[in-house]
Amino acid sequence: MKSTYISAFAVAAVLGGAAQAQDKIQFEYWYGLGGYLGDVVQSTCDRFNESQDTYEITCVGQEGYANAVQNTIAAFRADEHPTLVQAYDAGTADLMMSGEFYSVTKMMDDFDIEIDWDDYFPGIANYYAASTGELFAMPFNSSTPMMYYNIDDLEAAGFDAPPATWEAFEQLLVALEEAQPEKCNYAYAPSTWIDLEQLSMAHNIPVATKNNGYDGLDAEYVYNTTQHVTHMENIKRWHDEGLLELRTSQGGLNARDSFAQNECSLYFGSIAGHQTVHNTASDDMNWDVEMLPIYEGFERHNTVVGGAALWVLSGKTENEYRGAAEYLKFLATPESSIYWSTNTGYIPVNDTAYQAMLEQDFWAEEPYAGREKAIESLTYTEPTELTGGIRLGGFIQARSEWVNEVQAALGGDKTMQEALDTAVERSNAVLRRFERTYRGKELP
Amino acid sequence: MRRAYFRNNWIAALVVAPQLLIIFVFFYWPTSQALYWAFTFEQPWGGGNEWAGFENFRNLLTDDRYWHSIRVSIVYAAGATVLSMSAALILAVFADRQLRGYRAYRIGAIWPYAVAAPAVGLAFRFIFNPSAGVMSYVNEAFPGFWDPILNGDHALIMVMIAGAWKQVAYNFIFFLAGLQAIPRSLIEAGAMDGASILRRMRDIQLPLLAPTFFFVLVININDSFTDSFGIVDTMTAGGPARATNLMVYKIYVDGFRGLDYSGAAAQSIILMLLVIALTVVQFRYIERRVHYT
Repeated sequence: MKSTYISAFAVAAVLGGAAQAQDKIQFEYWYGLGGYLGDVVQSTCDRFNESQDTYEITCVGQEGYANAVQNTIAAFRADEHPTLVQAYDAGTADLMMSGEFYSVTKMMDDFDIEIDWDDYFPGIANYYAASTGELFAMPFNSSTPMMYYNIDDLEAAGFDAPPATWEAFEQLLVALEEAQPEKCNYAYAPSTWIDLEQLSMAHNIPVATKNNGYDGLDAEYVYNTTQHVTHMENIKRWHDEGLLELRTSQGGLNARDSFAQNECSLYFGSIAGHQTVHNTASDDMNWDVEMLPIYEGFERHNTVVGGAALWVLSGKTENEYRGAAEYLKFLATPESSIYWSTNTGYIPVNDTAYQAMLEQDFWAEEPYAGREKAIESLTYTEPTELTGGIRLGGFIQARSEWVNEVQAALGGDKTMQEALDTAVERSNAVLRRFERTYRGKELP
Repeated sequence: MRRAYFRNNWIAALVVAPQLLIIFVFFYWPTSQALYWAFTFEQPWGGGNEWAGFENFRNLLTDDRYWHSIRVSIVYAAGATVLSMSAALILAVFADRQLRGYRAYRIGAIWPYAVAAPAVGLAFRFIFNPSAGVMSYVNEAFPGFWDPILNGDHALIMVMIAGAWKQVAYNFIFFLAGLQAIPRSLIEAGAMDGASILRRMRDIQLPLLAPTFFFVLVININDSFTDSFGIVDTMTAGGPARATNLMVYKIYVDGFRGLDYSGAAAQSIILMLLVIALTVVQFRYIERRVHYT
């Protein structure tokens, strides 16, 4: 805190003492998180403003990751964009190709702010780094998927521990159906992030060629030929046999709330929802989280980050960049990291913060107990070429192709293999379109 | 017909300038941008956009997903228009007959138009929810009867009903005004000649209502092509399996979610041409049958 103060003064001195306390240097930050999580983002801004008096950050919530990106693009085209924007994982390739950003590594370097970039968990850093390893965006809210399970229901079905393999998971579903025919066993909502991306990472199988797009824009999707197909066929079979129930927002209660309100015994979701489940679930509900199961014959690998990173956009003044750099530095402190993880389910992004939290026994007690499993999942192995992340253009469209085809298969219109074949074919067309739009350019 | 002329054209220009400016800023300028993007490969963040010729259009017109979206939009437009116009006409006839309490009823029937589309979507999402909403009682009696979450036909019907409900109020106002403009003496004369209520409606009221009917038809069809976004977005998000992926929703998803600006621009140009063509056809062929008094 003190060093922030001193460097702030140094900046003021460099500017010829013109910057007085009352006319602070202002800059804007647009974030996508909404609801409760959005309120916590806003509170980090307030904390930053209170911690020093040279800069003033104005944080504007955009209610949704996609909105944040859309609105920023619109503003960017009118030259009214914010200095910082919170952009989601799936939009990484689009932002990288645009080139309209100021690499955080370079920015921190330019302003002589020491950040130990090697300190960041590789499962997180790789997602936002160039091929040279240079981090372009500051990892911020980071999560990974977990299996949420109801301990009492599992015990009633004769399971003392959560299943570690999908084969055991299926046995559990059958046992649950027998033990509690009235209750929903598994609240399922089709999610590419969990069913496709993270499942592929955990099994070390490719989503697309060219190391999931890292090695060039001419990558092609191949998930219709991997273990992913078997998994989705299982999902369809479980659905047809009544072992799982579809729970989406369109249907009223989404999967997370179905679990939290004790309607269903299992669900898969981001660790970021841990706090929300806690807030919703009644106190006598006995539940915990565990890493994703793995198919027999596969070795468990690391999962990757989901969530968003903070990008610094081009076309701003040096003062605004200086403010942004100070804010990012403020966020990177262990105190900020602990504040963030305490109030949300998100995990710390670097080892220093992780160690600091370990020393405090942060995860020893409720309601934080269990969240360390997410870090275990993220750091389970060193990332391989297939588990470094996803760098595919137009990925939002590809996700939507997958969801629509899986819905068609679950609805009985086609087999799962046909559905995934179509999704791959359509998504490859999206990739080709992306490649065409950026003809002559290469991924940085 | 008499026409008013301004002696001084400058005053005329000055008077229409604000409207022209608004139309230019909010219509011609965005349309010209969309037209430009439709013929280029536009990068979302700006920067080099290459000339594409008709490639964006060729991609769309050879894409069976796009044709599917057009088909769904046409089914939706036809369904929602028939539903809302017939419901509004029946309601308006009742209000016109001045049965007891018709004033309160009239206000009640106008109200839904003031409700924003996403709010309508949320309300109907609850009503049609297969497991928690009103329809869950029906599902309990006949299991599997109603499932808009996986069944595309159910989802489309659901969206149609919600869209029609919102439009009923608008149509109601016009139908009621149209009915009230019909001279009472005509209907009374019919009554004295012994014509029944239905007969008077068929031979006197409906023919005289034709101009209103025509106007409402054009507005409804155009409206269901362009204004269905809010309802689809809150109720189905285009799903399941694209069953409710209306053209206007697809433009939003491809353009704003997928950041495929050129593809979305080409789609909006096609949608615009389609709506213009529909309106022209209606004026050319249907209007001939309409007699204005």
